[in-house]
Amino acid sequence: MTEPPVLSVRDLIVEFPTRRGTLRALDRISFNIRKGEVLGMVGESGAGKSLTGAAIIGLLEPPGRIAGGEVHLRGDRIDSLSPEAMRKVRGRRIGMVFQDPLTSLNPLYTVAQQLVETIRTHDDVTEAAARARAIALLDRVGIPAAARRIDDYPHHFSGGMRQRVVIALALCAEPELVIADEPTTALDVSVQAQIIDLIKEICAERGASVLLITHDMGVIAETADRVAVLYAGRLAELGPVRDVITAAEHPYTQGLMGSIPTLTLESTRLVQIPGAMPRLNEIPTGCAFNPRCQQVFARCRTERPSPIERPGGRQVACWLLSETTAEEAHGGTALEGRGPLPAL
Amino acid sequence: MLAYILRRLVQAAAVMLAVALVSFMLFRFVGDPLVNMVGQETSLEDIAELRDRLGLNDPIFVQFADFVWRALQGDFGISYRLQLPVSELILSRLPATLELALISGALAFVFGVGFGVYTALNRRGWVSNTIMTVSLIGVSLPTFLIGVLLIWVFAVELQWLPSFGRGDVVDLGWWSTGLLSTSGRASLILPAITLGLYQMTLIMRLVRAQMLEVLRADFIKFAKARGLTNRAINFGHALKNTLVPVITITGLQLGSIIAFAIITETVFQWPGVGALFINSVQTVDVPVMAAYLVLIALVFVVINLIVDLLYYVVDPRLRVDRAAAAS
Repeated sequence: MTEPPVLSVRDLIVEFPTRRGTLRALDRISFNIRKGEVLGMVGESGAGKSLTGAAIIGLLEPPGRIAGGEVHLRGDRIDSLSPEAMRKVRGRRIGMVFQDPLTSLNPLYTVAQQLVETIRTHDDVTEAAARARAIALLDRVGIPAAARRIDDYPHHFSGGMRQRVVIALALCAEPELVIADEPTTALDVSVQAQIIDLIKEICAERGASVLLITHDMGVIAETADRVAVLYAGRLAELGPVRDVITAAEHPYTQGLMGSIPTLTLESTRLVQIPGAMPRLNEIPTGCAFNPRCQQVFARCRTERPSPIERPGGRQVACWLLSETTAEEAHGGTALEGRGPLPAL
Repeated sequence: MLAYILRRLVQAAAVMLAVALVSFMLFRFVGDPLVNMVGQETSLEDIAELRDRLGLNDPIFVQFADFVWRALQGDFGISYRLQLPVSELILSRLPATLELALISGALAFVFGVGFGVYTALNRRGWVSNTIMTVSLIGVSLPTFLIGVLLIWVFAVELQWLPSFGRGDVVDLGWWSTGLLSTSGRASLILPAITLGLYQMTLIMRLVRAQMLEVLRADFIKFAKARGLTNRAINFGHALKNTLVPVITITGLQLGSIIAFAIITETVFQWPGVGALFINSVQTVDVPVMAAYLVLIALVFVVINLIVDLLYYVVDPRLRVDRAAAAS
């Protein structure tokens, strides 16, 4: 309890001023990442997953800006740093892996040049020392004959190999936190698992925490310790992966889990959530999910639910779970058939 | 790599042959050269003899082969107007044109890239807006008008700079330069600006557009996420990626600068090959016109060849693709 979490995000708000008013893309998101932990972040396109990553590392595209909340990296507040101070945090303390390895590397420089440049930006070492470190790192991320291949250009590598190079680049200054933004989406299915395993292993080895952003629940299930579910820029549910997957408590998460096909014999129809996620200028009052929710009741349409602490370190932003309104919701039927809840 | 260069050289030779053919046709279409060469008093026998001596009775392809063969040796015949070897005439005028073209090309490149990068990085500032507005003028005003305006302001009204000629020239044997004398350098300023302004604005707008596009690229975002300095990102990563198209355009523009120096040279009475060409057109001095055409074609071909080789230096992806294609 004495050591602060590696990453602590408190009531983070990200807004985009537009001509037709300000759009709130992230609305009071809060979560922690502990040392060595892998936190998965899921949600539909536009739910604000990547934006959360960009806001943490200070690379929001203008005119997007942090309009409220705080981001602490191991106790140090980093959301209000000067651009130069924030630059020194990037790469050094927070590493980032992007979606598309084909476009993440500068095509005109060799892998060695890009690695050495990054290492020497953060550490005062000689060219030769940086190069030796780069080769060791490439070897560690699984590039065969690293000492020879380091002088190749990015286009000499396959997609999966390039993502390994990207991981080496993100980790070369030994950051405490790695933000992996859809690191496998652009890759071949056969390579995805290897890359995810690599990220997990190498971060565990170095004691780095991971924020894994993806829309692939399978990846989350295999990799993450805890998972945060985003909906329309708000946190819907947060908890240990096992619990959230097997016994989701938020109706949106339940729908999300129900929509994943399983390899069982009986071919039941997959659950489908009616409607689509609202656009940012059309988020309804109250709970953002209320127009699509099967168990909606009066309070959901007027008042926005805050995340409610649940047993087992879970948080769920849903009025169904509030003591004061549970009876109101059709006599409490909402909680039925969702498996046993952990005892208090 | 070697195979590639050889292939390009063969292509270049083909282009030059085609241009030589066009130049050669000039002699045919512009009328009977003998009319220009002989006086009123020459007898018909003398004309026939001269025609035979000049090889004008030979079959056309023999004449063409002869023309190419002589051209390869630098012999383009004798100017009708000045009665001097064409090659000698052109060589004596070439330094003036090349000096003017290279200086304005260098100015256009340096300021074009500089302003382009600046306006791309500071998109909203008033300095950028001013540069962009002025560049519109540079793109839209015709060269001769810019030249006349500059003469009016700086030579006539302010009397800072000379309005015509090349000033004092220092002779270095085979090359005469105006760069070594004060009046020579002063004379160079206005024509160089006139000739380079359009190219500069073109390069600037190209660099700006390319730079803005590259700055949005994923690898720039990733470079930022790695904590590289702005300087390294803007100049090491972004600028280098904008250079491939910029080199192409700059190369082609250098060709046009040399070719279209005609207008600037006329406005400023600059004693270069362009002015020589204009005078030759006025007096139907076909050998000079033909030689000028071939020379300009040669300039374009050589510059294109250099540009293609520069791609190799800048973009490593081409090295592999071409090598793979060649093997």
